[in-house]
Amino acid sequence: MPTLRQELQGDGMNARRRLLKAGAAVGAGTVLHALAPAYGWVASASAEPLLESGGPGANLVIARTKLTIDGRSASPTVVNGVLPGPVLRFREGETVTIRVTNELEETSSIHWHGLLVPPEMDGVPGVSFPGIAAGETFTYRYRLRQSGTYWYHSHSGNQEQAGLYGPFIIDPVTPDPFAYDSECVVLLSDWTFEDPARVLAKMKKFAPYYNRERRTLADVFRDASRTGWRATMADRSLWARMRMDPTDIADVTGATYTYLLNGQAATQNWTTLFKPDQRIRMRFINAGAMTHFDVRIPGLAMTLVQADGQNVEPVTVEEFRIAPAETYDMIVQPQTEEAYTIFAEAMDRSGYASGTLALRPGLRAPLPERRLRPLRTMADMGMSGAAMGGMGKPASDAKPTMEAMPGMAMPADAAPDSSATMQVMPHGPDRHGPGNSTVAETPVSRVNDPGTGLGDAGRRVLLYSDLRRLSAEGREGTPEREIELHLTGNMERQIWGFDGKKYSEAKEPIPFIYGERLRVTFVNDTMMDHPMHLHGMWMVLENGAGAKRPLKHTINVKAGERLSFDVEPDEPGKWAFHCHLLFHMELGMLRVVSVAEPPGKART
Amino acid sequence: MTRASRRRRTVTSTGVVLAGSMWLWCAQAEELPPPVEDSATRSYLLIDQLEHTTSRYSGGNKEDDALRFNTAGWIGGDYRRIWLYTEGTKPYGEKLEDTDIQLLYGRLVAPFWDVQAGVRYFKPLSDGPGRTYAVLGVQGQAPYRFGVQAATFLSERGDVSARAELEYELLLTERWILQPRLATNVAVQEVQEQGIGRGVNDIEFGLRLRYEIRREVAPYLGVSWQKRYGGTAELARDRGDDVQGRSLVAGVRLWF
Repeated sequence: MPTLRQELQGDGMNARRRLLKAGAAVGAGTVLHALAPAYGWVASASAEPLLESGGPGANLVIARTKLTIDGRSASPTVVNGVLPGPVLRFREGETVTIRVTNELEETSSIHWHGLLVPPEMDGVPGVSFPGIAAGETFTYRYRLRQSGTYWYHSHSGNQEQAGLYGPFIIDPVTPDPFAYDSECVVLLSDWTFEDPARVLAKMKKFAPYYNRERRTLADVFRDASRTGWRATMADRSLWARMRMDPTDIADVTGATYTYLLNGQAATQNWTTLFKPDQRIRMRFINAGAMTHFDVRIPGLAMTLVQADGQNVEPVTVEEFRIAPAETYDMIVQPQTEEAYTIFAEAMDRSGYASGTLALRPGLRAPLPERRLRPLRTMADMGMSGAAMGGMGKPASDAKPTMEAMPGMAMPADAAPDSSATMQVMPHGPDRHGPGNSTVAETPVSRVNDPGTGLGDAGRRVLLYSDLRRLSAEGREGTPEREIELHLTGNMERQIWGFDGKKYSEAKEPIPFIYGERLRVTFVNDTMMDHPMHLHGMWMVLENGAGAKRPLKHTINVKAGERLSFDVEPDEPGKWAFHCHLLFHMELGMLRVVSVAEPPGKART
Repeated sequence: MTRASRRRRTVTSTGVVLAGSMWLWCAQAEELPPPVEDSATRSYLLIDQLEHTTSRYSGGNKEDDALRFNTAGWIGGDYRRIWLYTEGTKPYGEKLEDTDIQLLYGRLVAPFWDVQAGVRYFKPLSDGPGRTYAVLGVQGQAPYRFGVQAATFLSERGDVSARAELEYELLLTERWILQPRLATNVAVQEVQEQGIGRGVNDIEFGLRLRYEIRREVAPYLGVSWQKRYGGTAELARDRGDDVQGRSLVAGVRLWF
């Protein structure tokens, strides 16, 4: 573990003392590093961020650091010299003090993703605080009002893409309602050796820059031999007429990304050990800047117990898609094999991260066969409601599935709230101007749809409609007010926004009223999935589960989908609300939400 | 709750909250930098053609081999850009001809279309006069992904002309890309000293096959057919030029 230890500047303690402190700290329930096995993190200098003052907390230092990633030298921007940053671990109910020192030459910040904190502790420069200036230290102090698996990351510029992220775990006061013998964090991310600003600049000049899977003339012949010339040409003509590309699944791909699992590339094979029949809790975190991952462990069923840190009714699946910023806690129980591969494939199939669950160090299981890149469909173009005649998946690599057409037929128990999940609401006349290239003409909820490229392999895949809160307390009632927000984009020019406008064109906050029951409906007019993150408040995902609708901090709105969430704003202040694809946010897909003070408690 | 009553309620409560949030906004917004910088000024320069071409109008006569270039670039934001187009042919050992430089201001008016206006300098014959024009045009992508550039020109002497270009990119593979391109010029008035007749002046069809070593760097080979029509053809004959020809081209496509 200490071989890659980084000496931290500005910290007077020597390594030996740090180690001692680290040992003490674990006992004090602050930063638990024993969580990851010795060969877990890329470098494990993370055990010392302790406060001299005692009490739960951490000292974090943000700096550009030379590290080796996938065998190549790199200069990521990281916390405490490691990528991912140190695991921060505390107990529910504690008030934590986290001192963050910015050793970069630019403003930085750390946002605690999914944590309910006062706005000034939320860490979003320009929304709730000015950011941490170069060379300065900011002290975050807040009470932990929840438990579960979360994470933290920079909210400044491209720093998150450059490596500034790490896990944040809060142990519950009352024991979790599920049993496990050991646990590990599986933090997925996408690393580029290019300067993230260059990546963005290239996309702005030529949007499909990183798409190396566009359809070619060779594909025309292949498809024609399979489905006939007529169908092939009709399909090509349909997409060409729209000036859209069905292979546009991820804006940034394996063409530049090295996908990482706990900071290690597939070639490095991050490994955690298990004992037979042991129940392992795997805390999956997607810290990827631009990547949806499809995760499976061939040979092992995974039982979901928490989503976005919140307990859910257990669901056993063989594969799940994790959108950027989501977390899923899975319990697995290896029995027969000596080794299993943890396989996290990018949604566009351009690459993967992988690791191993093994009985002994050095064991490996085979990698599963790679899949063909999928294609977007008419459902992804927001034509689900009109697509029931079989247009849903034209000449696609994926076979049509019932799930792909939620408007048709569903198990009655899957969507009891039919008004929310089955209604077809045609798009209005407003096409959102030049900042938006397509509209979802007849969008429907796709909570029963596993998503692009999933669900056709005979595997049980996690659906949003599977997410059911474990306890059904509160969070019910008819919304008093509804707003509709269209997720829009001009793909050619890489303009992203809400209702056709970038943040800079719509700086006025979206007003939320303290204590109201508000329904927010997204209409995704684009053919990209957008993981939408609301700071400071839980979103109650409208997935048809009634009183058991899950609480989410990040909701993946599928291409062409109409999807709602309810929110009861209970934290006055200004909050960021944005797409968690980093570059979409940077290019304008962000709004500020303002929760007014409750009546009679006006700020002085 | 009926839809109408819900809407009424929405309107009133939104009003109250708007007033409240405006106060919050004004009180805090001044000193904070924006959370995202979504409107940076960016630039792009495409050297679409930088090529050696065999003689364009006299059937491959070696003496008339030339260097041709065609560039397009912009600087600006997402909606408003300054565009610069240049084009020209430099026969080896002779002076530049078909010189065309346009500096335009463009606005994105629809998802795939910029409207552009500006000035142009055009000197079609190496020994003829160059003229300055006002330009009004569009550039963008038509359904079926045809790249389109069309413009009308009004010269300093009041002559009206127009030019249209259509191109397509056919992906043979991810890296081998075939680019057909069609361009035509038309004129309302004859401008004898520039070799321009009335009506359709010429049509040029090019077919270039490039290999993208990387996105930004692609050497290519191609062929080009060109033909002059009507009065333009007659003026060419009078000068002793050919009215049609075909040429082979070899060059490199670059962008930054």
